[in-house]
Amino acid sequence: MILLWLILIPFLGGILCWQADRWSEQAPRWIALATMLFVLVIALWLWVTGDFALPAGASQNHWLLEWRADWIPRFGIQVHLAIDGLSLILIALTGFLGALAVLCSWHEIVHRIGFFHLNLLWILGGVVGVFLALDLFLFFLFWEVMLVPMYFLIALWGHSGSPGQTRIRAATRFFIYTQASGLLMLVAILALVFIHFGNTGQWSFSYEVLRQTEVPEALAYWLMLGFFVAFAVKLPVVPFHGWLPGAHAQAPTAGSVDLAGILLKTAAYGMLRFALPLFPEQSAAFAPVAMTLGLVSIIYGAVLACGQQDIKRLIAYTSISHMGFVLIAIYSGSELAIQGAIVLMVAHAFSSAGLFILSGQLYERIHTRDMRYMGGLWGRIPALPGFTLFFVAASLGMPATANFVGEFMILFGTFPSAPVVAVIASIGLVLAAIYSLILMQRVHFGPVHREGALFGPDGREYVMMLSLLALVLLVGLYPQPLLDTTATLSQAIAELFPDGDLASVAGEVR
Amino acid sequence: MLTAAHLITLLPLILVGSTAVIAMLGIAWQRHHAVTALVSAAGLVAALVTLPLTIPAASSPPMMQVDGLAVMAGALVLVSALVTVILSHHYLTGYIGPREEFYLLILCATAGALGLVASDHLAMLFISLELLSMPLYGMLAYSFRAERSLEAGIKYLLLSAAATAFLLFGMALIYARTGALDLGGIAGALVDAPDAWMLAGAALMIVGLGFKLSVVPFHLWTPDVYQGGPAPATIFLATVSKLAVFVVLLRLVMAAPVFASEWVQGLVTVLALLTMLGGNLLALFQANLKRLLGYSSIAHFGYLLVAIVAGNALAMETTGVYLVTYLVTTLAAFGVVTLVSSPFGGEDADGLPLYRGLFWRRPYLAAVMTISFLSLAGIPLTAGFIGKFYVIALGVADARWWLVGGVIAGSAIGLYYYLRVMVTLYLPEPGMRARDVSNDWGSRLGGMTLIALAVIILVLGIYPTPMIGWVQHLAG
Repeated sequence: MILLWLILIPFLGGILCWQADRWSEQAPRWIALATMLFVLVIALWLWVTGDFALPAGASQNHWLLEWRADWIPRFGIQVHLAIDGLSLILIALTGFLGALAVLCSWHEIVHRIGFFHLNLLWILGGVVGVFLALDLFLFFLFWEVMLVPMYFLIALWGHSGSPGQTRIRAATRFFIYTQASGLLMLVAILALVFIHFGNTGQWSFSYEVLRQTEVPEALAYWLMLGFFVAFAVKLPVVPFHGWLPGAHAQAPTAGSVDLAGILLKTAAYGMLRFALPLFPEQSAAFAPVAMTLGLVSIIYGAVLACGQQDIKRLIAYTSISHMGFVLIAIYSGSELAIQGAIVLMVAHAFSSAGLFILSGQLYERIHTRDMRYMGGLWGRIPALPGFTLFFVAASLGMPATANFVGEFMILFGTFPSAPVVAVIASIGLVLAAIYSLILMQRVHFGPVHREGALFGPDGREYVMMLSLLALVLLVGLYPQPLLDTTATLSQAIAELFPDGDLASVAGEVR
Repeated sequence: MLTAAHLITLLPLILVGSTAVIAMLGIAWQRHHAVTALVSAAGLVAALVTLPLTIPAASSPPMMQVDGLAVMAGALVLVSALVTVILSHHYLTGYIGPREEFYLLILCATAGALGLVASDHLAMLFISLELLSMPLYGMLAYSFRAERSLEAGIKYLLLSAAATAFLLFGMALIYARTGALDLGGIAGALVDAPDAWMLAGAALMIVGLGFKLSVVPFHLWTPDVYQGGPAPATIFLATVSKLAVFVVLLRLVMAAPVFASEWVQGLVTVLALLTMLGGNLLALFQANLKRLLGYSSIAHFGYLLVAIVAGNALAMETTGVYLVTYLVTTLAAFGVVTLVSSPFGGEDADGLPLYRGLFWRRPYLAAVMTISFLSLAGIPLTAGFIGKFYVIALGVADARWWLVGGVIAGSAIGLYYYLRVMVTLYLPEPGMRARDVSNDWGSRLGGMTLIALAVIILVLGIYPTPMIGWVQHLAG
């Protein structure tokens, strides 16, 4: 039941925020903050009390908590929620970043505050639902539900960028990309269900039941692609990334934080939870393609990041690059790399959230996101440039930060099976250093664009920055608790890829 | 011969018909707008209440087939007509000129629709279809002082006449080959493969009915008629008329094998693809809300044609579920337009700019509109998603991958304009205060109906089990 409440709390909190608008301006903010902290506390409590020890030799996923109820018996659809280490970490992350998103829009959003927080909390509620749903229908439902409030967030509170790049256009593009690809996934899900029905005469959308379905060889590959495309759009992987830069650049800070921090992670989660376990053989066969796409994403994202003028677009492109690493790791079939991917997902959530919040704070002070009008800010703003330096260092994968741990584990884990991929991917690290330093140089160093001191961060901004900084360092220096929590899942995923196949795949690449 | 049991089966039809007579006599005696509306609504409710009595019908009246499908469609027709009556009362309050005849027309058309969904004989089909269409000409041209309304009425009249010609020619060809006009006879007369004349007859009948369903390329009248007609007439056209025609098409496909032959299926597949893509593409840059909804309804019937292609048991269920979701959604969407246009004052409020910032003036009305548009777009947690889910499921189950692809492409294109309308509702209000609903809209019957519809959309989207059960019970 507690799982259901994890989903319902943000939704109910959102409605409360909407109505609280009429009491006072601050009421929705406090309610939203309390709601997200509540989710975070529940998740942390589950984490502390949960037992994530590896069951000896059991390849079956075992769930920490499970809850199910009949929903649409006509098709065997159930409300089936379950939580394991990975979902738990991502839900805790959602709670934390959700609270940050509320905090960072404290002064940025001054119009229609209640409705803004309604949308914000509903996105987070949808994301929590995605992380908990084990029924494929329910999963698809939450997958789509989080789009609508995100659309409104970008379209109504976003920034209008350069001419022709309006916020509504960016929001619409985001919505159409993800919705259309989502429908492909729905078709794949339905095909799977009908095949299962044809085999057994039973209707079921249950993840555990459908995993056992025997799908005809030719069709299985297409179905796997249906899932892959939906997740690849959201991750995003390069040919499907068209929505991301615009959506990030045009979104309000809270939207960018949620988008980069959590929404992109739902895609990686979907691959780990659904795409690979449902179609292990097809995924193994597809791995070289996926890894190549990952490489293209790494290089493409990094190179385009170097050429951006808009600071938020730059960070958006670095996300593409980082998610390329995650994609490679997921399809590497190595337990180490998959654990690295999970660490990198968490680390990227922290570092990109930090950078987006910083660029939001910068915008509040100098009212531009265009780096051509920045420069020399180091001497003008107290403390903020220092924080920027830290998160930039985290983003380029400096040792002692969480990103380093993740990228190191990914490369280390991928190398034995696909050395060429690992070698090319490490070029991405060099490019990461370049774009990160470009960002730092153009914003905070270099010629001074305009004189005059700007006010430094206030207590709220210090709290946000310091908590993110502490978490990046904590995970960077001692990632073991994180690894312990997700070890079961990573092991199970790694076992899906038969070693023989992988060796031959690696041989081809070599 | 008619027996007492037959009369019970016919009771809803008789009630609607006699209500029309009572309303007419009432108008002749003394005009009273509210009373006429009340009598019409009472007649429709009475018909709705007696509808369950007809289910255990052992034998249907001659030329009719009162089965689960007919009862289901009848219920939907009566509910839609009831909502139309309620909204018409709101709308016609400001109309200068005779208002009461509008209800008469609604009742006659409803009787036609009730007959159409139960028809088991081509003659019955034809007469009911005409009984449904004739009053619609009058309803569309009701505010005949407005040029557009008159144009809409005449346009619909002319194109309906053309459609009728196609339909009759098709019937004649089929009669020439089989010598039967009842569906059972047509089905029985043909055991071997249908020849060219039969196929031509079937194709011509599909074309004739396709006009009424505004299937691309027979859709040309739709936008003008939707835009020009008074809002309640448009509602009736978009819901009752389309629903009844679709149900009779489904009945033909289910009953007569010629409609399920491969060639006809191919034809319908092409029409369906054209319709779902064409409707959505034409709506893309539409700034007139009524035209946009017209194109959107074209696209929706394109999706639903998947059921005609499949033509199996799941297709019946899909049709039922989809029609329920389409009806509540369309009634809510058009209802908002009607309410904003009420009371009548010349042109309807159908320009998209008029709705800019509606949320900040009328949050609940805008919420109704948002929910109905989300439902039209097929977003989860709304009824529209359940309908779309069924259509995609049907396409996948029947392995019609082209149609599934068309539904996905159509939905993706459709999102663009649905989102455009939705976001308009929330954009900051411009200085001018355009047309608006009256302040007490929420406490009046029309407003309450709309809010109830929005709640139903959400409830059906979140917990569709009872609806699916009902449809399965009747269609299964």
